[in-house]
Amino acid sequence: MKTGLTNVFLNFLRELALFCTFATLTVPVLAQFRVEVSGVGLTQLPIAVSAFRGEDGASQKIAAIVQADLERSGQFRGVDTAGAALDEVTRPDMAVWRQRGADSLALGSVTRLVDGRYDVRFRLWDVVRGQDLGGQSYAVIQADLRLAAHRIADFIYEKLTGDKGAFSTRIAYVTKVAQRYQLWVADADGENAQSAFTSPEPIISPAWSPNGSQLAYVSFESRKPVVYTHDVATGKRRLIANFRGSNSAPAWSPDGRTLAVTLSRDGGSQLYAIDAGGGEPRRLAQSSSIDTEPVYTPDGKSIYFVSDRGGAPQIYKMPSMGGNVERVTFAGSYNISPAISPDGRWLAYISRVSGAFKLHIMELASGAVNAITDTSADESPSFAPNSRLIVYATQQQGREALMTTTLDGKLKARLAGQNGNIREPDWAPFQKQ
Amino acid sequence: MKHLLLAIGAAVLMAGCSSAVKLDSVPVEDKAGTTISQEGAEGLGRAVGKGGVTSVDLDKSAQQAAILAGPRIVYFDYDSFVIKHEFQSIIETHARYIKADKGRKVAIEGHTDERGGREYNLALGQKRAEAVRSALGLLGVVDSQVEAVSFGKEKPAAQGTDEDAMAKNRRAEISYR
Repeated sequence: MKTGLTNVFLNFLRELALFCTFATLTVPVLAQFRVEVSGVGLTQLPIAVSAFRGEDGASQKIAAIVQADLERSGQFRGVDTAGAALDEVTRPDMAVWRQRGADSLALGSVTRLVDGRYDVRFRLWDVVRGQDLGGQSYAVIQADLRLAAHRIADFIYEKLTGDKGAFSTRIAYVTKVAQRYQLWVADADGENAQSAFTSPEPIISPAWSPNGSQLAYVSFESRKPVVYTHDVATGKRRLIANFRGSNSAPAWSPDGRTLAVTLSRDGGSQLYAIDAGGGEPRRLAQSSSIDTEPVYTPDGKSIYFVSDRGGAPQIYKMPSMGGNVERVTFAGSYNISPAISPDGRWLAYISRVSGAFKLHIMELASGAVNAITDTSADESPSFAPNSRLIVYATQQQGREALMTTTLDGKLKARLAGQNGNIREPDWAPFQKQ
Repeated sequence: MKHLLLAIGAAVLMAGCSSAVKLDSVPVEDKAGTTISQEGAEGLGRAVGKGGVTSVDLDKSAQQAAILAGPRIVYFDYDSFVIKHEFQSIIETHARYIKADKGRKVAIEGHTDERGGREYNLALGQKRAEAVRSALGLLGVVDSQVEAVSFGKEKPAAQGTDEDAMAKNRRAEISYR
């Protein structure tokens, strides 16, 4: 603990010194999102992402997007690059970058091609060893410049951490402005949001299909909750569950063939499975209590869900075709909204603690639980497809916000973009490129 | 079966309008308080022979208008689905009205206050709606006339986080369709 604090303090001094050196030239590259770092002993790889040559002429500042992605992951710390004018063909002077405190350095360029597209190139350097770690190039239309930046961040992340990056994935969420509800699909950093669906009535519980092409959600457009699937590229919608009573909480099976839903058609909120193409629901469990919020495990064998069968809402688990039910959460009297990490190791959920609703994470193997936020109205956790970040909805100063957090809760970032009410995030899976 | 057909029919309709993603143009009507035209529509629907006379009783329609304009909301305590004694008379009034008109469809819309998750609140609102539906059933209302649905915490009646506002939001509304 003490050494951790000392390190933080030393780092602070070092950064202060750097800040003083470059203060006159510093540009606020992180203006597009806010990162809150909490806790001590956070080890972050210092990386310098120099402004890409030619990016001033493009609509997107590639280096800033790359750096923001990397910092949001909690595993990187940006090193100031002020004054550097380098690109992917430059052989950088490692001594200079070592002095600036960088372990790695990303250099690149953006060039407008004759056909109007942009050629984005970059190279990653290991500053400590003086080694070329490889590079890539992308020829993209202007609308895909951000995507190219996210792919660069993915490349760097994978090279330096060994894990797959999830920066080029997407997030769906819902906004409410006046009496207008909108379902959006945005980049994983919250930028570049595109409206998929607009309605005068509420939209809740969006859920990405395993191949990332469709969203299932609950719409109240017919003055009751009804489950639809929606092809994001074409806008084509399909009514999946519109039975008597309420229809809600859609969850895709990992093979994309089945949706688990909550229906009240036989009285009470109960779990059913329906073919993703529609059809007659099959009942998964029978109880005289509330059963809702089903989610499949990544292997498709089990379903986690919420039930108040014990007198208060808790998370339970059962085989995905129905069967023996096991209780999963025991602490507290209100545990809801389970999400399972794609690697199957973690359960994120919302637990009420002294009247506050807080994001918790359980390591499934050990059952160890941590509360990882300081906010009090957390909702709807969803894992990044690489299982390294969680996106969730919360309230800050009485306003709705979407946040990402590392699994240890040490680094949080508020997603950019929308003003007003924003909620119900769901992180899309990896997509084939 | 009828619902399945309806669902399929609706799915076919939905599939037919692939580009119609925006729903802003579909107004959602709250049909409470439209008694007079409802009465009229029903009168027209009746088989009336040539020279026949449909009796219009202003006293009766005024009475029905009064019911529809009168209280139709049952409020609940926190985390409760128990219908308090003070709301029994509202339920009895509406039970009489629904029983008297077998063609009437009514939705019981359950709501919660803003605390907690959206889906779990949807399930809680459903319990409130079903409590009112059962109470109507005990008074002889046919199940097929009543649908219990929930809006969870999505449609608060009052804004605000104080207990006063939240008490107004924990409710079930009897809504004529």
